[in-house]
Amino acid sequence: MVDKVVIENLSLQYADGTESLRGINLSVPEKAVTVLFGPAGGGKSTLLRCLNRLNDLTEVKASAGRILIDGKDVLDPQTDVIALRRKVGMVFARPVVLPLSIRGNLTYGLELAGEKRRSKLDEAVERSLKLAALWEEAKDRLDDPAIALSGGQQQRLCLARSLALQPDIILLDEPTSGLDPISTGKVEAALQELKKEYTIILVPHSVQQAGRTSDYAAFFLQGELIEYGEGKSLFTAPKEKRTEDYITGRFG
Amino acid sequence: MKGALPINRHVAQRVGFTAITLMAFATVLPIVAVVIYILIQGLPAISLEFLTGFPHDGMRAGGILPAIIGTIYLTVGTAIFSVPLGIAAAIYLSEYASDTPLTRTIRIAIINLAGIPSVVYGLFGLGLFVLFLNFGTSILAASLTLSIMTLPVIISTAEESLRSVPQAFRTVSISLGATRWQTIRRIVLKEALPGILTGVILGLERAAGETAPILFTGAAFFLPRLPHTPFDATMALPYHLFVISTQVPEMPIQIQYGTALVLLVFVLTMNLIATVIRSRARAKRQW
Amino acid sequence: MEKSLNWREFVITRLIKASGYSAILFVALIFFFLVREGIPTFKEVEASSLLNIRWYPIEGHFGILPLITGSLIVTIGAGLVAVPFGIGTAVYISEIAPRWMREILKPLVELLGGLPSVVLGFLGFLVLSPFLRVFLDLPTGLTALAGSLLLGGIAVPTVVSVAEDALDAVPRAYREGAWALGATRWQTIWRVTFPAARSGVLTAVMLGVGRAIGETMTVMMVTGNAPVLAVKLGSLFSPVRTMTATIAAEMGEVANGSTHYHVLFFIGMVLFLISLGVNIAASSVVFRAKKRAERILS
Repeated sequence: MVDKVVIENLSLQYADGTESLRGINLSVPEKAVTVLFGPAGGGKSTLLRCLNRLNDLTEVKASAGRILIDGKDVLDPQTDVIALRRKVGMVFARPVVLPLSIRGNLTYGLELAGEKRRSKLDEAVERSLKLAALWEEAKDRLDDPAIALSGGQQQRLCLARSLALQPDIILLDEPTSGLDPISTGKVEAALQELKKEYTIILVPHSVQQAGRTSDYAAFFLQGELIEYGEGKSLFTAPKEKRTEDYITGRFG
Repeated sequence: MKGALPINRHVAQRVGFTAITLMAFATVLPIVAVVIYILIQGLPAISLEFLTGFPHDGMRAGGILPAIIGTIYLTVGTAIFSVPLGIAAAIYLSEYASDTPLTRTIRIAIINLAGIPSVVYGLFGLGLFVLFLNFGTSILAASLTLSIMTLPVIISTAEESLRSVPQAFRTVSISLGATRWQTIRRIVLKEALPGILTGVILGLERAAGETAPILFTGAAFFLPRLPHTPFDATMALPYHLFVISTQVPEMPIQIQYGTALVLLVFVLTMNLIATVIRSRARAKRQW
Repeated sequence: MEKSLNWREFVITRLIKASGYSAILFVALIFFFLVREGIPTFKEVEASSLLNIRWYPIEGHFGILPLITGSLIVTIGAGLVAVPFGIGTAVYISEIAPRWMREILKPLVELLGGLPSVVLGFLGFLVLSPFLRVFLDLPTGLTALAGSLLLGGIAVPTVVSVAEDALDAVPRAYREGAWALGATRWQTIWRVTFPAARSGVLTAVMLGVGRAIGETMTVMMVTGNAPVLAVKLGSLFSPVRTMTATIAAEMGEVANGSTHYHVLFFIGMVLFLISLGVNIAASSVVFRAKKRAERILS
């Protein structure tokens, strides 16, 4: 399996100097679901935001290390950040639909990139909605305001929105935290389909979700990577005691 | 006695509430009374001739068209200079500036501009635009003066409007590959526009009603023709009202109230438009 | 394609930044021109004579004391009107009025704020002053009192809107806590909500007073324009002249570059500095309150 993302010795700091992550070494295989899990404050969300350089908007900076995507360091100041963000899509914890129609949300990224052809845009709308398992529910309402959708539908729209740009990697930060079990199931099922073509990095909102969805899993605790392994083996027979304690619920 | 204390407290509340309520109505009723009074006194003077004709007989007869046109010119002139600059400054403060001493200085400067007496603006306009830059007593000088006076109002309301747009929209937009300006133009500005518009109209409304800043910079009492170029002086409703009510002897009362009514309607219409824009935007909001 | 986008974005960003700085530029410009035309006063007039009691420019008397006291008495009078009525109305709108009443009152108060000062001065001249003359049996209705009443009315919308914002911003939890302890709504307002909002209310009062000091047309039309020293209580019932009205009334008749011209600009300078002082004081009140809140909440 080829590694899509290689994180080498990464350390992150807040503006006041406190450390968020320490010496992280992690490889993410392509076309699989890699799960970053652990208790709150472990630095997982911060790490995700570095992968598409969204940390530029915050006060978190890398004090050491590299993040290689397809062999190129994305932390390098020379990086074309705009192109990076099209290649690495993100779905956030709360479904945030832009104040546009459903169609408008989906074509937003493409229009920014300069795509004007109606046919291409329509094709992207249909394709991404189908991938996110939202096409049947949305196809007759494409010009309705996106805010009219239910919470679960909105989150799938956000997923479709990222997919419309045909990224290589999809980052998901607790994407189902506000959703009911049925919607959660739909999102998880969509991810299992998507991993055939896309590299998926997921921060789950529960250990159970991590267990259900992961091909590979990494356990983070207070800014350090404690253990990494294949999903099947890590959740049944973890090597580290701290991992086992967390998975079995001794602390959280 | 056990029951005494609670009864006292509730009586105090009853009295207090009544007093405050009366106070509020005493504040608000005069406003309504003023508008109604001017309406009643001024309506008889309103006629097509009054609104479209020129003054005769030393302003004592005829119409006030040049004053109406002049106020429109000044309002448009003020808009041309203050609106783009004000909105741009608001965008800077809301979307680009971080909390540095420089930013704090800008904010203090804006607060100060808002507090400067209108007649001091008139002096400034006289010193800079009329004399130093040699524009003379002109629509240009008066508009520029009014613009700087209107700037703080536009900047503060526009900034508040921009800030009210949820931060999450910006984050999502950036994550989809937008630059900061693209995000502002496509999402933030679009959503903040009704609020910005409301602020602009309220600011221009104030500019339309001001007399002191235009006293030495652009206002003239009597001009035989309408102004042709921005370098001409102009008549204007507020100044006209001031002069005919205090400086001209034997001025028919009706004409005075008529002029006041026209100015009032001009200003109140802008107020109404701004209020309507604001409530309709609130209803249509997608967040 | 990307490159031209970058270039456009660069230019737009630069223009926006420049617009942001423009406010500082304008304040500096205003101050500069006031000083430029006002400082020559000291070359032509004895500095100490500016503090004389006579303002009679035709004969070379440039004592600005009567003008200062004129502004002061009218402003204080306006404050006495605007503060109770403004705060009372704000309390009513924010704490007592039912929702539908709020929706009527707030626009009405805003309407008052939009009324041109010349219209109020006009009504003051034609209606209020004659009324005062008859009602109080005075030789003339054009007095400091008329000015105070009208200025109070002009300052009220400012006081109401800023104070109402401040009261609104007090967290609901404060009120609920007081009610849970058995306080009546009235007691809650004055013992809990109002003190919590006091820095905002103080700012509201200062801004309202600032507005009153700076008013020109209204005072010019109703205060009688007599530059008499106004230090007795009775001065309220006689004509006075404010600094603002002096500038407005005399600037038109003054020769460019004359001593009178320079002195008027000097008065403008004084007004600018007064409003600067009031605004800095108001912002520092807000700033200190924010710091206090941050300390408490951290």
